[in-house]
Amino acid sequence: MGMGSDMYRQQILDHYRNPRNYGELPDPTFSHAGENPSCGDEIRVDVTLNDDGVIERVSFTGDGCAISQAAASMLTSELVGLTVDELDALDRDDVLDLLGVDVTPMRVKCAVLAEKVAQDGARVHRGEAAVDRTTTE
Amino acid sequence: MATHEQTSPLDVEALRAEFPVLERRVGGDVTSPGEGEDDDQPLVYLDNAATSQTPRAVVESMSDYYYSYNANVHRGIHHLSQEASVAYEEAHDRVAEFIGAEGREEIVFVKNATEAENLVAYAWGLSELGPGDKVVLTQMEHHASLVTWQQIAKQTGAEVEYLRVTEDGYLDMDHAREAIDESTEMVSFVHVSNALGTINPAAELADLAHEVGAYVFVDGAQSVPTRPLDVGEIDCDFLAFSGHKMCGPTGIGVLYGKEAILEEMDPYLYGGEMIRSVDYEDSTWEELPWKFEAGTPPIAEAVGLHAACDYLDDIGLERVQDHEEMLAGYAYDRLTEFDDVTVYGPPGDDRGALVGFNLDGVHAHDLSSICNDYAVAIRAGDHCTQPLHDTLGAAASARASFYLYNTREEVDALVEAVDDARQLFA
Repeated sequence: MGMGSDMYRQQILDHYRNPRNYGELPDPTFSHAGENPSCGDEIRVDVTLNDDGVIERVSFTGDGCAISQAAASMLTSELVGLTVDELDALDRDDVLDLLGVDVTPMRVKCAVLAEKVAQDGARVHRGEAAVDRTTTE
Repeated sequence: MATHEQTSPLDVEALRAEFPVLERRVGGDVTSPGEGEDDDQPLVYLDNAATSQTPRAVVESMSDYYYSYNANVHRGIHHLSQEASVAYEEAHDRVAEFIGAEGREEIVFVKNATEAENLVAYAWGLSELGPGDKVVLTQMEHHASLVTWQQIAKQTGAEVEYLRVTEDGYLDMDHAREAIDESTEMVSFVHVSNALGTINPAAELADLAHEVGAYVFVDGAQSVPTRPLDVGEIDCDFLAFSGHKMCGPTGIGVLYGKEAILEEMDPYLYGGEMIRSVDYEDSTWEELPWKFEAGTPPIAEAVGLHAACDYLDDIGLERVQDHEEMLAGYAYDRLTEFDDVTVYGPPGDDRGALVGFNLDGVHAHDLSSICNDYAVAIRAGDHCTQPLHDTLGAAASARASFYLYNTREEVDALVEAVDDARQLFA
């Protein structure tokens, strides 16, 4: 099959090489971190909410495989303007749609890491969960 | 020392015909595989250190057992039970012959090499180790040995010391001579490293251990399938290996132990098959090796393992070793041609049948996924050697491992896939 591997389309490689929203927010409403032990991927997400509970700013830092980092870059680009409830309602298909490629079953855990971290962070912030560190294993 | 031959002593095409799975074509797109997909390609199976493929002779020996004489072993008077019992016992004899053991008394069937490690750690370590005692391991131990002895040491108050690995992937033998001292009760080490490919000097380490009165446990998971091995020549006290890495079935592993030592050890599992007589107050134990084989054992798997020993001996382990080390050397040479590829472990002409490596800036799982697009099956991760990977400064590595049915053309397919990943991520 050669160059142009399905799972590594140019868009994903671009987000991996030049991640959007990369860094830390100065005064986030909440921060949360997590990992995918199978690849050793790590993601931390910072979120600022406005007074109406709408996501105003998002950033992430992390390290790991191309799928996990590109997914974090793409997802964080979509979150601004969503309410926390809307964030909570996202599922893995939303992330896979964003990536726009068929992710092999073993790699879905990489793809959904940033989403799970953001959702867990919001739940901890609202006092609905006590997750110290998210894991997708 | 491995010979770095360019030609194989094996008729690989004829051997491949005995492994139906090698005829498979697999799609680069795992999520929706299908026959006739444009990207279906011949499988290039380079994950043999994890599990080997199974030849017809082994599968057929097991179906023959199930179709012709399936019965529980021992204590059965009827015809089928006698046939099954004889086949099960003879499998012990065959495995003993395969590794140069004295006889069936020294061969305990377990479920895998990991259980063999645990059997000795529990049945011997728990009662014999204590504060002031030392267990010597290596930094390149597989978790099967590392975690087991680490935890038994914690329970007993014994100390664990890890023999260092040098920059070029060898065991630091100066450290071994210093660390293996009078307080050492057990020296347990991996014979061929599943992550680095290092071939450790088993007989020399056994000598060091015996000089101080310690026992020697050899993890032979990667060595027994890939080279001639004689427990008498190494003079190890214990040896562990798994059936599924040597053309045999899953679900069966072997613990070899010197008879006199096994005789002194208490059982690890209690139950049926392992007792001589039982009353409500106490029980006595069966003879070796049955004392360590409680419950209905893996009978079909033992029959399959017997067939796997026959299969490998018919080919000849020397020739298997020469073939695999030729492939590993070739893969080493090709991969080290890339400036941005790091190959771990000793040089290409002195390693077991595997190559662990990383490509700069590309996670090993991404590399493995791209190889999968070429239908090249390699493993990526820490290969159950997480502490070793910490010392290498790599969270994970990619690993290609070879067996008797692999070809130089398959190494070329791997190298092409790695080159594609280099360009994709450049």
